[in-house]
Amino acid sequence: MYMSFTDMSRKDVQSPFAVNFIGFDNYARALGDPTFRKAALNTAIFVVVGVPLTILAGLAAAVALDKGITKARGFFRLGFYTPVITSIVAVAEVWRVLLQPDFGIINQMLGAVGIQGPNCVGDENTALLSLIIMSIWRNFGNAMIILLAGVQGVSWELHEAAALDGAGTWQRFLNVTLPALRPPLLFVLVTTSIGYLQFFEEPFVMTQGGPLNSTLSASMYTYQQFGFGKWGYAGAMAYLTFLVILIVTVIQFRVTREKD
Amino acid sequence: MLTKTKTRWWLYVLLSVLLLFVMLPFFWMVLGSFKPNSELIASPPSWLPQNPSLDNFVLLFEKAAFGRYFFNSVVVSAAVVGGNLMFSAMLGYALAHLRFPGKRIIFGAVLGCLMIPGLVLFIPQFILTANLKLIGNLSALILPFLVQPFGVFLMRQFFLGLPKELAEAARIDGAGELAIFFRVYLPLAVPAFATLGILTFLGSWNNFLWPLVVSVNESTYTLPVGLALIANGEYSRDYGLLLAGATVVVAPVIAVFLLLQRYFIEGIATTGIK
Repeated sequence: MYMSFTDMSRKDVQSPFAVNFIGFDNYARALGDPTFRKAALNTAIFVVVGVPLTILAGLAAAVALDKGITKARGFFRLGFYTPVITSIVAVAEVWRVLLQPDFGIINQMLGAVGIQGPNCVGDENTALLSLIIMSIWRNFGNAMIILLAGVQGVSWELHEAAALDGAGTWQRFLNVTLPALRPPLLFVLVTTSIGYLQFFEEPFVMTQGGPLNSTLSASMYTYQQFGFGKWGYAGAMAYLTFLVILIVTVIQFRVTREKD
Repeated sequence: MLTKTKTRWWLYVLLSVLLLFVMLPFFWMVLGSFKPNSELIASPPSWLPQNPSLDNFVLLFEKAAFGRYFFNSVVVSAAVVGGNLMFSAMLGYALAHLRFPGKRIIFGAVLGCLMIPGLVLFIPQFILTANLKLIGNLSALILPFLVQPFGVFLMRQFFLGLPKELAEAARIDGAGELAIFFRVYLPLAVPAFATLGILTFLGSWNNFLWPLVVSVNESTYTLPVGLALIANGEYSRDYGLLLAGATVVVAPVIAVFLLLQRYFIEGIATTGIK
């Protein structure tokens, strides 16, 4: 913590306490640094778009598996969960190949049905979106597993009672299933947000933060500054990210508690 | 009467299509790892390798030292899993069933550490590691992770669920505190060990930021670090090789996953319900 208030750099590694105290300069510099602002904005977009979509996909899959089918439930559960356990570095590598503009399999399939595929990770307008889609693919299975346990725990008598009162499927989902899912939903919301706020491997492997910094994340920029030897500055940025994580988590707890 | 599940055939179709898309990158990865580069960049693409060969894997292990990275990953993961099982069980048990001064403070500290993201810790940890002269040493990848707050928390919760009377009965029979821990409680903790072991293995095997930061040369690269660095380096356009590398990173995890899926799924699901 103290480090982020100093001008510590690589040469100070032997004597970490013999550095100059510079107060909030690192923090002020980070907030004024256009590249850090860009990285913070990218991170915000990644979280605001990615987190709800990941949870929605997980919730839809969980409900479909619990209510819609009777056979092969375990099989689908296993399949949807597989991406979650794999190394982000490895799957990001695979996705980079899949998304290659001219010979990547995704654009070739789009081309086969007459769509000119975009230059996904090479175009600054679509690069971040591509990373978000890949993250949803990798993480929705985690939300699904936790929410599925929640859905299965909902007492069936409640559903029957609601049905007797004339509630349709959709109403029962809104008024019986969703309220019962609040604790696991909160858990998924908080953990997914914390993870996405620190996203790092995806841009590191797929884009190196480019093109034109359009996929640079706060963590990635922090790492880069650390790599340049600006440790105090990197530490300040890490604490700014931590502060945001803390605030977002507290807000999420507050907002979901108020409904009680 | 309301039926609990209605089988809807269209849902099966929808889920199957979704499953196909979820799995597609993995199929492509494995199939592509046997293809030469020329075939991967061909248009139109072919799914099955026309001339399957192991060239990519041979190149990985001979030129790119993936054997070394694989060895490092295995050693680091094994040590980290072992350390977490042992230390988390000890501390978790103490926090659950023993009385000692400062217990609440220690538990508070564990919870506090649980909330601090790795991003904040890596620079101070790096300075500490550098001063211990461990940079470039495999132990720099192991020591910081030997015991993790999540494991302590998980084991404490598990031991809390076991009755205190077991310890009391053993004490009356004259068992010492160590014997109570090792011979009474530890054998009961096997299910918790399975969950914790799997989660720790995943975290360690897939860990990236810290190994990247402390690895100054090839001798301590783990698989993800090795893969990311060859992908950003001289082999960045050698797609067959990169797919083979990804296969080497992912395959052991999927194998463990398929073997132990029951513990996996139950373990993950229970972490969400507190």
